[in-house]
Amino acid sequence: MGPIMDLTIFGFLVQDGLTTGAVYILLAVSLVMVFTVTRIVLVPQGEFVAFATLTLAGLERGDAPGLAWLLVAAGVLAFVMDLSAARRRGSRRGIAAAAVLFLAVPAVLAAVALYGIGASTPLAAKIAVTCAMVVALGPILYRVAFQPMAAASPLYLLIAAIALHFVLVGAGLYLFGPEGVRTSPLLDGSTEVLSMPVSVQTLLILAASLGLNLALFAFFGFTLQGKALRATAVNRRGAELVGVSADYAGQLTFALAAAIGALSGVLIGPVTTIYYDSGFLLGLKGFVGAIIGGLAAYPAAAVGALLVGLLEAFSSFWASAYKEVIVFTLIVPVLLWRSLAHVAVEEDHD
Amino acid sequence: MTDRLRGPLPWLIVAALLPLVLGPYHVALFGYIFIAALVTLGIVLLTGVTGLISFGQAAFVGIGAYTTAYLTTTLAMSPWLTLPVAVVLTAGAAAVIGAVTLRMSGHFLAIASLAWGISIYFLVGNLPYFGGFNGLSGIPALTLFGIDLRGETAMYYVILSFLAASIWAVLNLLDSRVGRAIRSIRHGAALAESVGADPARLKIAVFVIAAALAALAGWLYAHHQRFVNPTPFGIHMGIEYLFMAVIGGVSSVWGAVIGALVVTLMKQALEDLLPSLLGQSGNFEIVVFGVLMLLVLQHARQGLWPWLIERTGVRRAPSRVAADPMPAIRAKPEPGEAILRIDRVRKSFGGLAAVDELSFRAEAGRVLGLLGPNGAGKSTMFNLISGVLPVSSGEIRFLDRRIDRERSRVLAAQGMARTFQHVKLVPSMTVLENAALGAHLRGRHGLLRAALRLDRAEEARLLAEAAYQLERVGLFAQRDELAGNLPLGQQRILEIARALASDPVLLLLDEPAAGLRYKEKQALARLLMRLRDDGVTVLLVEHDMDFILGIADRLVVMHYGRKLADGAPREVQANADVQLAYLGAD
Repeated sequence: MGPIMDLTIFGFLVQDGLTTGAVYILLAVSLVMVFTVTRIVLVPQGEFVAFATLTLAGLERGDAPGLAWLLVAAGVLAFVMDLSAARRRGSRRGIAAAAVLFLAVPAVLAAVALYGIGASTPLAAKIAVTCAMVVALGPILYRVAFQPMAAASPLYLLIAAIALHFVLVGAGLYLFGPEGVRTSPLLDGSTEVLSMPVSVQTLLILAASLGLNLALFAFFGFTLQGKALRATAVNRRGAELVGVSADYAGQLTFALAAAIGALSGVLIGPVTTIYYDSGFLLGLKGFVGAIIGGLAAYPAAAVGALLVGLLEAFSSFWASAYKEVIVFTLIVPVLLWRSLAHVAVEEDHD
Repeated sequence: MTDRLRGPLPWLIVAALLPLVLGPYHVALFGYIFIAALVTLGIVLLTGVTGLISFGQAAFVGIGAYTTAYLTTTLAMSPWLTLPVAVVLTAGAAAVIGAVTLRMSGHFLAIASLAWGISIYFLVGNLPYFGGFNGLSGIPALTLFGIDLRGETAMYYVILSFLAASIWAVLNLLDSRVGRAIRSIRHGAALAESVGADPARLKIAVFVIAAALAALAGWLYAHHQRFVNPTPFGIHMGIEYLFMAVIGGVSSVWGAVIGALVVTLMKQALEDLLPSLLGQSGNFEIVVFGVLMLLVLQHARQGLWPWLIERTGVRRAPSRVAADPMPAIRAKPEPGEAILRIDRVRKSFGGLAAVDELSFRAEAGRVLGLLGPNGAGKSTMFNLISGVLPVSSGEIRFLDRRIDRERSRVLAAQGMARTFQHVKLVPSMTVLENAALGAHLRGRHGLLRAALRLDRAEEARLLAEAAYQLERVGLFAQRDELAGNLPLGQQRILEIARALASDPVLLLLDEPAAGLRYKEKQALARLLMRLRDDGVTVLLVEHDMDFILGIADRLVVMHYGRKLADGAPREVQANADVQLAYLGAD
């Protein structure tokens, strides 16, 4: 028999599950978004989260943020790639924009992060700098890793995503070291919901997750840019013909994914210890949620992610050693259910 | 000289001599490289040949390794008994996982493989019978007829033997009737179905074979290392195996060996070099592998092996096959007998009736043209007959059997053969192999006989039949070219040869002239007229009236899903309604 469950513990587990579940929702939604627009299964989504937490923790400790160097180096590489592509094309169009996006923005952010942050800098500013650096990294990674092979089949893109994940995890170990970190709570204190004590941090995470989901919904539903991304998702070539550049769509999507990852990292930092390689499992759990939603539907992915969070919380109470086993084995019945519910679709490769 | 380097035998001799020149450390290392090559061999089958991706092969290696580790240490079983247990257990696990995930499109298997890769790692690491994350030690060395195979050199030869035998079996398998069907899967399940193969079953079979190879690798690993813990079976290793295959060249068996060799040696070198270079310890080599993978994916997606082949200029020897038809497998109906009856068939998509109460017949030994302007519903009708779509109402009978709910695979077995409007060939197979794919149902040897090369007599007959059909359509001289290198006109003709190789009662041609140049159209028309004179029954869907007039015995003209005319070509051509539909004149 496992430990005894009572109402208080039940309440805590639900709270715990909802907190992590809310972060998984963000990751799941982001994965669905990236997949629908670019056909990339963004395995490195979790690295955005881990890098944000680790960078914020570093800024709090007063360490020089290693992410700044990665950002500048990757930015230079992205710019060089754009430059050589422009030379091959024989046209200088877009070089100025690339110089801003890949050189100037990273340089400014790195300078601020390295020299502009002191012990007295408010937490909000540190968070802002952290998020800005992670967001800037998004389009750079798309440019460097995926843009040269954007037309490849989803399976090759998936392998590339895994390869990028390897690079980032190795870089993360070098830049942040092997120690785990927690960041200081964004909000202290607790309140009562249904006569259960609930920490304000939990409420903040839930509210932020809900808010961000609504914002994404509005972005894709009502703005021109959001509609352009959806057009690319439906038909890449068709979208290009009407003037929506697939490169631009990819980079914008990666910026959004990085933003969601950075926010998730800021939110989860105070409640979970994050290591340089924590991103992988976080991302994959978002993934299990996304798969429950079939990698296509936003609300279903969110529900799935919440379920994963709750399942994880309860399995860590009853069988904590088997937590990962339970969460990742869940995918088998889920896939079975989905494969029975949906007729197999013919897929031609190459 | 290069001729001698062509076959695998010299390389096997080189491998067999390696322990004479290498120190014990490197002999052991090569043992691990060949174990990895067994796993990547499975990945070549899975990814390169069939188009499926798994990051979870390391978990299968783990099941194999832990099975023998547990049974030999706890129950003191002989390792030679645990080998079949390990393989069967792993294959069983793969069959279950495959049945669940392979029905879905490609990336679901890949994602699910990440999940089971993680899950099995944590499961093994937490189960007390398996020693947790500390693992199991004291695994006995192999013995054979009383000879102790302890030590790296003896194990090296054991591993090399298993690898050589596995490569031999996989090469045999790919060069067989089932192998051709497997190689066709990634070019669309519709192609495999059209020749009567079952792509879903074949996919599971390939997945199970890949898992069995991984289990064999795990068994060897356990008795090589004589100690197991969960780390080498985790998701990182699973990803690395895939990287090895992609870097080596995922579409070739030899790419698997090259990839395992290059990646393992590089990993060794980097593990020594990087920590001292960076002043930190940690597995930084993954950064190098990640970058290398991205470069390979962006610039040389085929991997190292094809690149090496190109450099050495190795070419295939011409095939020595002679054209020789197989005996017919079924009695042909009398000329004039109605073999296909379409009776008040209707197909609607939502509210739109693409085919509306259409009835007509096709008679044996005649060429029937189904004609109509674009959007007339011809392709829908073709898909209804060929079993790609089910009818909404009405009846289709083929040789007096009702077929309107049958799948294309079943129809192929009943003597219906088809071509595709968008040519579906296996570009990496030769013209001869593509034609032989059509004769799939005229052979019966399965995976095992193919792998052990017990299928040669039947294989020779199938290839002779394919050669005969190539001769018949005029492609015999091109038999050794890769189908992907043929111009479109010849690709279309190859599709017809493939269809003929099935000894069909009815040949369905879906817009065979579409996209062809004038000369190619003429060549195709001559071929079709020759087939008509041979008494082949053809149903030809076409929108090009000029092309079809000289070929068809009878024409059925469709317009907006309905039948507009039905009769001899000249009558139909003179029909005022048909002219209106075609010319749009008021």
